[in-house]
Amino acid sequence: MATTAAPADRGAPELAAPRSPRRRTKPGTAKARSNFELHAWVFMRISGLLLFFLVLGHLVIMNVLDGGVQRVNFGFVAGRWASPFWRTWDLVMLLLAELHGTNGLRTVINDYAERAQTRFWLKMLLYTSAFLVVTLGTLVIFTFDPDL
Amino acid sequence: MTVVDSRPAAASGPAATGPAPATVTLKIRRFDPEFAAQARWESYQVPFDPSDRLLDAIMWVKWNVDGSLALRRSCAHGVCGSDAMRVNGANRLACRVLVKDLGPEITIEPIKGLPVEKDLIVDMEPFFDAFRAVQPYLITDDHEPTRERLQSAEDRARFDDTTKCIMCAACTTSCPVFWNDGDYFGPQAIVAAHRFIFDSRDAGADERLEILNEREGVWRCRTTFNCTNACPRGIQVTKAIQEVKRALLFRRF
Ligand code: SF4
Ligand code: FES
Repeated sequence: MATTAAPADRGAPELAAPRSPRRRTKPGTAKARSNFELHAWVFMRISGLLLFFLVLGHLVIMNVLDGGVQRVNFGFVAGRWASPFWRTWDLVMLLLAELHGTNGLRTVINDYAERAQTRFWLKMLLYTSAFLVVTLGTLVIFTFDPDL
Repeated sequence: MTVVDSRPAAASGPAATGPAPATVTLKIRRFDPEFAAQARWESYQVPFDPSDRLLDAIMWVKWNVDGSLALRRSCAHGVCGSDAMRVNGANRLACRVLVKDLGPEITIEPIKGLPVEKDLIVDMEPFFDAFRAVQPYLITDDHEPTRERLQSAEDRARFDDTTKCIMCAACTTSCPVFWNDGDYFGPQAIVAAHRFIFDSRDAGADERLEILNEREGVWRCRTTFNCTNACPRGIQVTKAIQEVKRALLFRRF
């Protein structure tokens, strides 16, 4: 009887033998019931849709329209941010992108981090970095001084 | 290892007089916790007729080569749902696929994401836990009618697709979210819930929707469509999941 190596698998990598998944709780019990996952799901769809236009617009303005990225300098940014419209655009884009990405990574961590401790620390890292990025970005957008 | 076909030569059909029967290689993932901690791959040469199903080939191995090969099967006609396995990387009922359609070497593994007990037999309890959790039975709040509970043809058609489930677990164990997160209810439980949520005679929809709104409920679904591909009954599993999501959404907003 010939014994051969494992075949190239389709889909996710193999779980270790005997291939049992982790199980945290019995379904339908104990878990706090809230609408958080529902809201997160709706947020992902709406923010995704908005980001599609915001980011594409941002890319075109910054990299394609007259002169593209070559013309971007302090003066250019100062000129743009003189208008509340662009400040709002950038603020909305910053918030949506950061929260959209954070929620996406939260899901990935929930999926792939096996140990409860690993999950906890990875998420803490994620939330801290998201907080820093959002705070710093918002701070700059609101306090930017063109006469610097 | 070459095994001589000990079956009586096929009594009917042109194959009986034609050239030697075609053979196929079955590569089966074997696991026996009493002898080894690790699973191993074994290959078997199996003769087959064009009309043979994969289940026939596997049973040929069990009867003629190695009687210790463990698997579940019962009806052999796609009714009982006990012989779901991973065939060439996709979940299939062994009794519903023909050997001749699967290529010269067929890889066979237990369905994935449930603890393997022996060879192709997995522990189905986590799967049934999720099924039980969605309350898959009629819930009513009115008086029991003296005759049957009537329903219009349109009302019956609303959930017709999800009544066809035979609980083979092919869908749930093809789902990458379930592979990594054993807490996820999985497609089958949602199909079972769908069957009652959209039944006009049932009064437990809110309760079931509430259950599927949990952290490990429908929102975990990423519309991978593996479940729809895997279902031997042709149930539009992903569509059913989306319909439950939509019901939750419009109930809330
Ligand atoms: S929905 Fe289809 S694949 Fe899933 S358990 Fe039911 S019959 Fe099997
Ligand atoms: S043996 Fe019953 S479904 Fe295949």
